[in-house]
Amino acid sequence: MSDAGAVEAQEAHAHDAHHELGFIRTYIFSTDHKMIGRQFLFSSVLMLVIGGLLAMMMRWELAWPETPVPFTSWISEPFMYAEPEHGLYGAYMDPAFYNSLFTMHATIMIFFVVMPFMVGGFGNFLIPLMIGAGDMAFPVLNMLSFWTAVPAIVLILCSFFVEGGAAGGGWTMYASLSADATYGAGAQGVNLWIISLLILGFSSLMGSINYITTVINMRAPGMTWFRMPLVIWSLFVTAILLLLALPVLTAALGMLLFDRTMGTSFFLPAGGGEPLLWQHLFWFFGHPEVYILVLPAMGVTSDILSAFSRKPIFGYHAMAFSMIALAFLSWIVWGHHMFLSGMNPVLGTAFMLTTMVIAIPSAIKTFNWLGTLWGGTIRFTSPMLFALGFVSNFVIGGLSGIYMAVTPVDIFIHDTYFIVAHFHYVVAGIIFGMFAALYYWFPKLFGRMMNEPLGKLHFALTYIFFNCAFFPMHFLGVAGHMRRIYNPLQYEFLVDLQWWNVFITMSAFCLGASQLIFLFNFVWSLFAGKKAEDNPWQANTLEWTAPSPPPHGNFETVPTVYRGPYEYSSPLVQEDWLPQDRRLGPEAAAASH
Amino acid sequence: MLEWLPEDVSPYGAEIDSLFYFIYYLTAAAFIVVTALMLIFLFVYRDRGDRRAAYTHGNTPLEIIWTIIPAMVFIGLGLASTSLWEDIKLVPPDTDTVVKVTGKQFNWEILYPGPDGEFDTADDKQVDNDIRVPAGEPIRVILASRDVIHSFFLPNLRFKQDTVPGREIIGWFQANKPGRYEIPCAELCGFGHSGMKGWLYALAPDEYQAWVDEQWPPPPPAAAAPEATAAATDVPDAPEAAAAETAPDMPEAAQTTAE
Repeated sequence: MSDAGAVEAQEAHAHDAHHELGFIRTYIFSTDHKMIGRQFLFSSVLMLVIGGLLAMMMRWELAWPETPVPFTSWISEPFMYAEPEHGLYGAYMDPAFYNSLFTMHATIMIFFVVMPFMVGGFGNFLIPLMIGAGDMAFPVLNMLSFWTAVPAIVLILCSFFVEGGAAGGGWTMYASLSADATYGAGAQGVNLWIISLLILGFSSLMGSINYITTVINMRAPGMTWFRMPLVIWSLFVTAILLLLALPVLTAALGMLLFDRTMGTSFFLPAGGGEPLLWQHLFWFFGHPEVYILVLPAMGVTSDILSAFSRKPIFGYHAMAFSMIALAFLSWIVWGHHMFLSGMNPVLGTAFMLTTMVIAIPSAIKTFNWLGTLWGGTIRFTSPMLFALGFVSNFVIGGLSGIYMAVTPVDIFIHDTYFIVAHFHYVVAGIIFGMFAALYYWFPKLFGRMMNEPLGKLHFALTYIFFNCAFFPMHFLGVAGHMRRIYNPLQYEFLVDLQWWNVFITMSAFCLGASQLIFLFNFVWSLFAGKKAEDNPWQANTLEWTAPSPPPHGNFETVPTVYRGPYEYSSPLVQEDWLPQDRRLGPEAAAASH
Repeated sequence: MLEWLPEDVSPYGAEIDSLFYFIYYLTAAAFIVVTALMLIFLFVYRDRGDRRAAYTHGNTPLEIIWTIIPAMVFIGLGLASTSLWEDIKLVPPDTDTVVKVTGKQFNWEILYPGPDGEFDTADDKQVDNDIRVPAGEPIRVILASRDVIHSFFLPNLRFKQDTVPGREIIGWFQANKPGRYEIPCAELCGFGHSGMKGWLYALAPDEYQAWVDEQWPPPPPAAAAPEATAAATDVPDAPEAAAAETAPDMPEAAQTTAE
């Protein structure tokens, strides 16, 4: 039945290809999954720049508190206070504005950069191409999922410019601070934050429904579940997580908005509400959210490590099942964010143990990545370097998570910079997965190669400055440095640590500057990069059998799949790659099974 | 032993710190092994154009090994730390010394029950941001919030607990060494979160008693003129000492309030 559906979809799209579409339908309101993927990609890169700039402002204030922040005198009071003698140099930052900076930095990086880049961008682009379909199951719904995200982007950016400025309650937006505007987390800015995320949630739900339906129903003949590339497994599992997690966030946001604007008291104890309810709802969404962010990067890493080790992924089934295990376990660990919230300590023990369990599939993935490298013929391309960087940083993030999982130790390091370090290794570390994916699939996305020496330079600088910026945060956390303060010098016990803040800030500035190399390479290669072959990496998955870039409908004929995605260095053929859709002679076919 | 953590003066801090360092050595070893293996593989198996990669899809015994070992380590670590968590959280020590701390944007309101040991009675005393306790004794602390969630953090005592509006959360801490210890707020609570702090003064027993007597002067004896004379002699010293101790705090409190 699914095969027949796929064939019908293919014929329908082939029919579409015969009609010339105008500029607007081709580039703006396109229903082609590849163009929609590119749209998500471009919007993510734009928001990455904005989120990064917010971080630069924060880091200045932390390193040199209550000094003028360079190039900010154009920002008006009450956010920044300029002194006439500084001219255009800079202005002093208001504490509430600092709170807005870290709130918006995190919100933008999580919801408007990493999620749309990996799930929206590569999810859209890769799923039909890698399962052998001509497009998504619901192309118009797909277009709507991007264009629903656009007003969310507009609203979140507008929230900087309303009275009271952008939200300042942290991306976690804990009640009661967030539930009553008089407490100072923001006025209209918080309302816009809430509405923006509500709208974005609907965009993601549309995408999830589409991804799940497409993967289940539209795989090419022969593309069984365990012949799917791991990146498709990761996007499929992520779509299920989104489908289940977003309604909880939507409900919580709705209640928060009602508390703020309609006089309800879900989270306000004065009216009988419970502030910790927000935390439970938020983290019930928020911990699956961490895996929504990281699973696609894991999937990308698996594909790239296999391709550039020139050998099959080690333990394909263990890899697929550990992803499913991570997704399942992500639902039962949320309380580990709340050990000190006033939650019953017995619950703390329960969540500690479930958190220990979720570390096991993470360990499995790490060892299987090492197993893939073992005995390989390793090619150090830019995508490979970034994939290796992802593994390295994921190991650090995973190991630092063990400290927080142990409840007595968490008493001390909760809400310190140790958490910030852990979180950035896990979530900001995904950026290495993002870059790996972009360098790997750029030839297929745009039909051109990115410049390889610049890619390697970008990797080297990003890896060094990433670790210089975030590793010392562990030291600050161990010394007790609280998060979300703008002036550590207000505390005697932190004064001696301030040089670490300076070091981190300078590393962060260098990390930001390193991305200029990427931006240049990205834009330059779009127009002037070397024309890409159909299969520049000699990889096996189906997208490399389509033209670069793929036309509408993707494949001239529906591909038939004969084997798994990672048959590199197979003894059945002379060369070291063996595409999934290559038919071999009868004896070889029988042997390969 | 590494000295990254702040000085610990609490009865259970050494156990927390030992657990921390145990995890540190465990994770450091894991990191070194994984990183070394990765670097070795990257070096030994780099493509020099002269070798075909091994064709292998995995190794079930290895999968089992590197599933079971981490599982045992992680679960074991969790179970081993449960008893310390329960000792700290579920088995508070008996003590008669109680203080109530209410978080408020952007001060800690400290309420002492006074000699009658009861709150909401005439002899209660409230100050902002200063807690005075006897060193070496457990202190029961009742934590509340007047507005938003704050987090009462005593780094030197390895104590941290959120204060949640609408709730009274009971905790306990103990400072075994006399001294002055900073009390930051660890949870974002608004524009004045940075700079919100108090001070814990852990006093030697005689100092603590002197402070108590100063706050709640004991009733003068009815008879015995010589004792009355001695009391009169002592009076001039106490106000000066108290003033000296409290004076430096006023600017900080004022600054905090202003912020």
